[in-house]
Amino acid sequence: MTITENKTTNVIGTRLLRREDPPLLTGEAKFTDDLNIPGALHLAVLRSPYAHAKIKSINVSAALKIAGVIAVYTGKDLQTTWAAPLPCAWPVTKDMKNPAHYPLAIDKVNYVGDGVAAVLATNETASRDALDAIDVDYEPLQAVVDLEDALSDKNIIHNDLGTNKSYTWPLLVEDTPGCVEEAFKKAKYKIKERYVQQRLIPMAMEPRAIAAVPQPFGGDITLYSATQIPHILKVMTALTLGIPEHQVRVIAPSVGGGFGSKLNVYAEELLCMALARKHNTPVRWVEERSENAQATIQGRGQIQHIELAADENGKITAIRVRIIGDMGAYLQLVTPGVPLLGAFLYGGVYDIPKAYDFSCTSVFTNLTPTDAYRGAGRPEATFAIESAIEALAREMKIDSFELRKRNYIKKEQYPYTAFSGLVYDSGDHLTAAEKAAKLTDLAGVRKQQKKQNVPGATKLLGVGMTSYFEMCGLAPSRVLASLNYSAGGWETATVRVLPTNKVQVITGSSPHGQGHETSWSMIAAEKLGVAPEDVDVLHSDTAISALGLDTYGSRSLPVGGVAIAMACDRVIEKAKTIAAHQLECAAEDLQFVGGTFSVKGSPDRALPLAAIAFGAFTAHNLPEGCEPNLEAQVSYDPPNFSWPFGTHMCVVEVDAETGAVEILKYIAVDDCGIQINPLIVEGQVHGGVVQGIAQALFEEAVYDGDGNLKTSTLAEYLVPAACDVPPITTAHTTTPSPTNQLGVKGIGEAGTIGAAPTVINAIIDALSGLGVKSMAMPASPQTVWKTIQAARGGKK
Amino acid sequence: MIPAAFDYKRASSAAEAISLVSQYGSDAKFLAGGHSLLPLMKLRLAQPAMLIDIGRVKDLSYIKDAGKHIAIGALTRHMDVETSKVLHEHAPLLSHAAGHVGDAQVRHRGTIGGSIAHADPASDLPATTLALGATYVVQGPKGQREIAAANFYKGFLESDLAADEMLVEIRVPKMQGAGWGFQKFNRRAQDWAIVGVAAWRRKNEAGVALVNMGSTPILATSVADALAKGASVGDAAALASNEADPQSDLNASTEYRKHLASVLVRRALEDASK
Amino acid sequence: MKVSITVNGKEHHGDVEPRTLLVHYIREVLGLTGTNVGCDSSSCGACTIHMNGEAVKSCTILAVQADGSNVTTIEGLAKDGVMHPMQTAFMENHGLQCGYCTPGMVMAAVGLLNENPKPTEEQVRVGLEGNLCRCTGYHNIVKSVLAAAGSK
Repeated sequence: MTITENKTTNVIGTRLLRREDPPLLTGEAKFTDDLNIPGALHLAVLRSPYAHAKIKSINVSAALKIAGVIAVYTGKDLQTTWAAPLPCAWPVTKDMKNPAHYPLAIDKVNYVGDGVAAVLATNETASRDALDAIDVDYEPLQAVVDLEDALSDKNIIHNDLGTNKSYTWPLLVEDTPGCVEEAFKKAKYKIKERYVQQRLIPMAMEPRAIAAVPQPFGGDITLYSATQIPHILKVMTALTLGIPEHQVRVIAPSVGGGFGSKLNVYAEELLCMALARKHNTPVRWVEERSENAQATIQGRGQIQHIELAADENGKITAIRVRIIGDMGAYLQLVTPGVPLLGAFLYGGVYDIPKAYDFSCTSVFTNLTPTDAYRGAGRPEATFAIESAIEALAREMKIDSFELRKRNYIKKEQYPYTAFSGLVYDSGDHLTAAEKAAKLTDLAGVRKQQKKQNVPGATKLLGVGMTSYFEMCGLAPSRVLASLNYSAGGWETATVRVLPTNKVQVITGSSPHGQGHETSWSMIAAEKLGVAPEDVDVLHSDTAISALGLDTYGSRSLPVGGVAIAMACDRVIEKAKTIAAHQLECAAEDLQFVGGTFSVKGSPDRALPLAAIAFGAFTAHNLPEGCEPNLEAQVSYDPPNFSWPFGTHMCVVEVDAETGAVEILKYIAVDDCGIQINPLIVEGQVHGGVVQGIAQALFEEAVYDGDGNLKTSTLAEYLVPAACDVPPITTAHTTTPSPTNQLGVKGIGEAGTIGAAPTVINAIIDALSGLGVKSMAMPASPQTVWKTIQAARGGKK
Repeated sequence: MIPAAFDYKRASSAAEAISLVSQYGSDAKFLAGGHSLLPLMKLRLAQPAMLIDIGRVKDLSYIKDAGKHIAIGALTRHMDVETSKVLHEHAPLLSHAAGHVGDAQVRHRGTIGGSIAHADPASDLPATTLALGATYVVQGPKGQREIAAANFYKGFLESDLAADEMLVEIRVPKMQGAGWGFQKFNRRAQDWAIVGVAAWRRKNEAGVALVNMGSTPILATSVADALAKGASVGDAAALASNEADPQSDLNASTEYRKHLASVLVRRALEDASK
Repeated sequence: MKVSITVNGKEHHGDVEPRTLLVHYIREVLGLTGTNVGCDSSSCGACTIHMNGEAVKSCTILAVQADGSNVTTIEGLAKDGVMHPMQTAFMENHGLQCGYCTPGMVMAAVGLLNENPKPTEEQVRVGLEGNLCRCTGYHNIVKSVLAAAGSK
């Protein structure tokens, strides 16, 4: 019985309040920096103030004299500590260039923030004071900051590579060779656009924190880290340090947000572990916010060129995309793969023929390394196609919603095999879009717009939309193999019914705000007929959850949650055989409803799961060959990605005199298939949308020509507050995924994917009467004002 | 996050504070609310060797009707300036501006004296008190002196305060029913103004000052003079940047600042002219 | 330098360097780790506590400045195991996700309602301008605060 068939779900679909909340609300929850670790030494890292420089010498003698300072290490001192450099788990091409990256720089620094020395002290204050006392003699070199400059190879960052180009990755899909070029030649309409996806700083509210605690005998070490990936960290740190994998235990305590920035193997984690083992004492570290801005990965960073060819009806006949990806100074865990995650989505939600020419060249720059940040490649792709389709509509002088309708993949076409060969599981773009239009009162807004946007008007009204696709639920392992990703995409679940009918769920997912404990308890409760509060969900400790692939890419529900459902199925299967034996009937004669096995037609011949669980424990009367205890473990490799989709719309008012933008309303219609907990789904959409709005209006990691980060505090890097963003109207359609028994798709990144182009399109719409056809991100008041001036030809 | 080490002394009176700072000279800084100084020290952009905590000086927090002006003790917190009934009645431009400083938590700690003494051109209260023609009362080893706001600000973070002097009172002339306008243009509500305007107007008499349009708060005398000569609000506002020397930074170029200044002065004066 | 600070009703005596921030004193000396550090520019509000009944950012106060004062941290809100109405409102309205900004947000919200018991939505949003959240998008935080205000 699948969840989608069972019309009377008890728990799934309810707005169950989160069990995670009380300890978080009362301050009892422990984040990594809250842990009490007596005797721990504090690590501080001295970071390069230059984006590109040779290290001539490092003098630590003054630092060593500071009371409390135990030791100071340079990159050279620690060279023999590492069995391998920091890992990059995604060699996207065979010839991809990947410079060796060690936890501390040795001869050369390659970005502002690059670690140069490590201080160990008995207290955090001394470790911080010691940083000021270390004298490094740098020979500054010219920094490479601009992508097109990097591409030219005039100034090579990693000498041993001989180029700044890390890789070129093409995705050329042609029905017949040369059909893309032909389509452009024949096209009735074509557009060519250039967009810049600015660098963003994830700014999870909890700065990264670590504590490495060695065990005195046996060589074991426990790594506490504010990480999204305890399992991956375990194997990667073991390999990098050259220690046996089974001697490493990784625990993620409460983690204060990640958004991809804690999906990594960081220098500081390796430094804490190595120095803890060296000194045989715990070593802990916490980053300062301005340190986080430089030393924790940044997101996005692309220059995009997109071309669309269309026929006389506006039906897209070919797409051509060229991306330059900004890798930053080094390749961190999945840095090179981020642009590729979007590579398949430049056709968006549209019915595209096999005429798709995509290529991404990624380059090194003397800037903080980039990596996955909420959406990882898909917001970039969605921005490009949803802006390009607006450009096409302008070219054709028709309404862009109308143009989208002509191109949407139709509901009847699902499951839809795309040009790429990927199968999109389910969708109904038109219904979601029309629902968004209704909630926005699109017709009313257009009427108001006509009245309001008269020549000379100060406040201009605009409405924008985005219809998006999300490729998530990472991922079918064989597809990851074809993309050269070094790991798989499965997830594990163990479901165990304890003797007294309490349930343990052990998941390989690693939540950091998403409410997995609540949602997973709901799945198990629904399947097993127990109350959610009788389900304990264990995670984020590799000694307890030994196998898993952690949380990112909106994968935990469509992969991890489904694994739990499957493990419950196996438990029920085993319980059924025990029940059949104890009820002296055939297993096929039994039904399992409301937590009880009963003989169909004889409701009095019944056994509750509680009795089976206790019976499995006593093992007094089990069928031949049946092992005691009631548990099952599943490793689930999803057969497909999952494809949430939706349409977002927003109404903005632009002050033409100042360039200030106010969002009057924001409507998000999202379809993530079946919703386990609508409360949590809405929260994910709210948060994702606001990050996308922030990208459109507020945020940018600004570097000067020398590679200095000008926005390294939360005073300069503009994460918005409550009064800077609007309330979000959320609605949904429900198009269950046929890929899994729960019908679920995942929602974690969808809001961010839809929001930025929605806002930018609305601003362009508001200013279209002034001749504005494009808007750079972030659309700060100055940028908006300058764009207006340029469109007016400089006249005020 | 952790400031460099410093020595710390508490003063229980203005006289004691001045005597202490005389001993330590330019190595010492006063600590009132700390919301201008401590953020700089946490990033180690400021590393004073000695902090003289004047936060407990008892008789420097008050708002009194002194006849022609309102007398505000230098240690009066922004929150108290914001909510003062006396100021609502007699200097609403100031109480309104105080409500826009930082956020609620900052306003519970930061003081009007601290803000003015810090002399940051991007702060709201220096410009607002400048527009209102305030007088600052300053105490030193030789006694008290009064400085007109227009003569107080010398350069970026530089004022007429000597190293051994302390701001003790701000005297704000009563507005006597004048109309007023306050424009604080920023990207996020908690931010400093990209450009700000504090303006009052009674018929053709006006005071207009600009936030973040130069190395000091700027008294836009050209605007006030134009209004006095009968210019329209729009024409007067066009002169907004005459006295200004705006910097280019992350959020705004010089050109954009100048443009904003004229728009915002016009809007502030429109409010003040209602 | 010796300090005496009453925290959640209990008087604590300490000896601190003048440069010790109040937030570090609370977290590291008193072991009350509910109050969090989220930034280094007094922007995020995760460190918000009540000092003498008012919401303040404990990262921008020296412990020596707090000598003799009365401090309430997030740990002091619930009474006898019963959550404060604001904490309950946040739970009922899904006003938190990762929970890192939450102690500061709740303390700021309690302070807001102490000064303005029946705020409009706009006043709640402006009243929380000093508190940043990266997870919730604020929608449910605002809902939680309005619910807490309505329940009085």
